[in-house]
Amino acid sequence: MATESTDAEAGHAEGGIPDPMHQFEIHPIGGKIELGGLDISFTNSSLWMVITAVLVTTLLMIGMRSRSLVPGRLQSVAEVFYETIANMVRDNVGKEGRAYFPFIFTLFMFVLFGNLLGLLPGSFTFTSHIIVTFAMAIVVFVATTIIGFAVHGTHYLRMFFPHGAPAWTAVILVPIELVSYLSRPISLSVRLFANMTVGHVLFKVIAGFVILMGVAGVVPFLFLIGITALEILVAILQAYVFTILSCVYLHDAIHMH
Amino acid sequence: MEAEAAKLIGAGLATLGMIGAGVGVGNVWSAYFGAIARNPASKDEIGANIWIGFAVTEAIALFALLVAIMLLFVV
Repeated sequence: MATESTDAEAGHAEGGIPDPMHQFEIHPIGGKIELGGLDISFTNSSLWMVITAVLVTTLLMIGMRSRSLVPGRLQSVAEVFYETIANMVRDNVGKEGRAYFPFIFTLFMFVLFGNLLGLLPGSFTFTSHIIVTFAMAIVVFVATTIIGFAVHGTHYLRMFFPHGAPAWTAVILVPIELVSYLSRPISLSVRLFANMTVGHVLFKVIAGFVILMGVAGVVPFLFLIGITALEILVAILQAYVFTILSCVYLHDAIHMH
Repeated sequence: MEAEAAKLIGAGLATLGMIGAGVGVGNVWSAYFGAIARNPASKDEIGANIWIGFAVTEAIALFALLVAIMLLFVV
């Protein structure tokens, strides 16, 4: 019984196989703080969010400190991030999208560095929690809906009834379009959360094989190297896709198809 | 049937949902190759967008995998 409880604490299922879901647990750091029944303690998730924010801010501030016309290495990195997202916003949202560039840029850098920092051994991937990704996705959804109504007024409701469709198709088309519109925050958040969770679960499961197989564990270890490379690609890709889909939704809100 | 057995069978069945997503991901690159075979100049323009198509299709595969993992470890 004693080994069972310590196994569960250390993240092992019965039999010594590492439990892949243990890495997603949230622990308060420095004691639990409660305010009005809500737990507002500083957790490992918050810690890595703070590290991400500090890292991104430092990178951009120090990178752009030397404002040379021909950029050095660090300035190039900062400029490449800026230009990629600025081009993405301009190509997908148009000229009016310029006003939303700081938001899109923040979103991209936060998700990108959150995903990448989660790949470090011993760190915590805060984007692997549905509540974090859902919070970001619902902000994008509510913001684009409000922007849509602000720009177009009630004409925005025409979004659910494509122009030029016969009137009798409205009965089927409007519910379908409505559901597809309402599913946007869900798909946006679950895509990111599922990719991150599945990637990290895969890491732990293969790592469990490495340990269990002893000397023959070299084979799953080589596989693990390949999986790590794939996960780096997935981390960058998912940040890019989250951002570009937000830009597409923004385009739909401002320009209406 | 015990709940534990049903969970494991359910997890196995849930992964069948990835078949469709596998076909979908293959379609993305098949269309890409077809397009650059017809018009090699469009390589860069289409090449930027295939990653979005891949990620959106892959998400469906991950929804299925997520159900399987939830059955194995969470429920």
